[in-house]
Amino acid sequence: MLDQIAYAIPFLLPGLLVTIEVSLITVAVSSVIGVVLGVGLVYGPAWLRWPIRGFSDIIRGIPILVLLFFVYYGLPLTGLNLQSFAAAVLGLTIFKVAQVIEYVRGAIESVPRGQMDAAKAIGLPFHERLAYVIAPQAVRRFLPPWLNGVTDAVKGSALISLLGVGDLLFGIQKVVGRTYDPLALYCFGALLYFVMNYALSIASRALERRFSYIRE
Amino acid sequence: MAATSTGTTPLLRIRAVQKSFGSTHVLRGIDLDVARGEVVSIIGPSGGGKTTLLRCVNFLEPYEQGSIAIDGVEVGYRDGETRKRRSERDLARMRAETGMVFQLFNLFPHLTAAQNITLGLTKVRGLGHAEAKDKAMHWLRRVGLADKAERLPSELSGGQQQRVGIARAVAMEPKILLLDEITSALDPELIGEVLDVVLALAADGMTMLTVTHEIGFARDASQRIVFMADGTISAEGPPAEIFSSNQSNERLRSFLGRFSAAHRL
Repeated sequence: MLDQIAYAIPFLLPGLLVTIEVSLITVAVSSVIGVVLGVGLVYGPAWLRWPIRGFSDIIRGIPILVLLFFVYYGLPLTGLNLQSFAAAVLGLTIFKVAQVIEYVRGAIESVPRGQMDAAKAIGLPFHERLAYVIAPQAVRRFLPPWLNGVTDAVKGSALISLLGVGDLLFGIQKVVGRTYDPLALYCFGALLYFVMNYALSIASRALERRFSYIRE
Repeated sequence: MAATSTGTTPLLRIRAVQKSFGSTHVLRGIDLDVARGEVVSIIGPSGGGKTTLLRCVNFLEPYEQGSIAIDGVEVGYRDGETRKRRSERDLARMRAETGMVFQLFNLFPHLTAAQNITLGLTKVRGLGHAEAKDKAMHWLRRVGLADKAERLPSELSGGQQQRVGIARAVAMEPKILLLDEITSALDPELIGEVLDVVLALAADGMTMLTVTHEIGFARDASQRIVFMADGTISAEGPPAEIFSSNQSNERLRSFLGRFSAAHRL
């Protein structure tokens, strides 16, 4: 069994890197866009709030695999032809943005209303109220679901092998096709996913501790 | 109409202000002046619009009709006629002219007592950090909390938190201080320490508009009492007149009667 794994490692390494790369891009891009749209959802005027609300509700109501297939197989019909890697990143990012919007909304709404009043009363303009009063308090409510979402992104990225992207799962399947020993390979693959996500959850616990001093 | 003691323009001038929350008409045409250095207390039954009026003064609540001006400058709108709302930056600048202390303190829980005060001083008043810190310490000393400067709000008692709240508001050197039922959330034994701070500020000549359920405090600290009920000012005058036993205003008399029964004044 061990020699099978040793044999597989060189084949899995590129896939592992693709999985990490896709996860990183997805998480980074979706976090930036999701935070901006989430703030828009909470504080924006109606013409901004409604489209964001609609986007988030619709996307979160679609299975992520359907979304990936839609981007990869559906969008070319509109003339937008994406490589499998680009389609995978786009599909996962769209899905993730919708989640981050909700984390942001929940986190901001967890801050008592009086905080905004007090920040207004001392004369802070909107962006400073957000930066110095709301965000530091919202961040501790934002981090736990967001970090959960990061592990979800790593796990969810396994779906992109179905678009033919050469990620970790794709690599495992290729080796299995050659060695006909699925048990050892899938166990090893699961272990790799687990190690990545366990490292993330350790980091997440450390971050949560970092912000736990804030109490109302 | 409110008499201003100096005869000059009042510092705060409220005219015919109306406001509704949905179908509830909370303010039904309020006229009120507060002169420089004057302390005016608003009393009255819950739901009478007292807090809403106070929140309109620094535009935490927009008002639909009428005018609120501080030092002759309309608060929420660029001009009273077209009711064009001020820009965000403009509003922030206007709000810095008023200080507000809240019923639930609303201290920033992630900042120390001193940082709660320096935030506005550095970001809004543009002071350097050392200067802002000096000023924060000055006001913390004034409210008797110099030794708590580095504490987080969660490490302070309610009365201490509220004194930090007052220090945060006055350190900005506002033209007028708005006090919104600042002792209502406090245990009875902590009320005194907060009111003492307010009385000292009043003695220094700070202009104040307060909403309070502390009738004794209203009587001792204010030059004028305003009795609000059902969104209108139902009676107004110096404390001696308002609290006099032969008060002719029926609503006020019954309010005070119920009040003294409950508080054995």
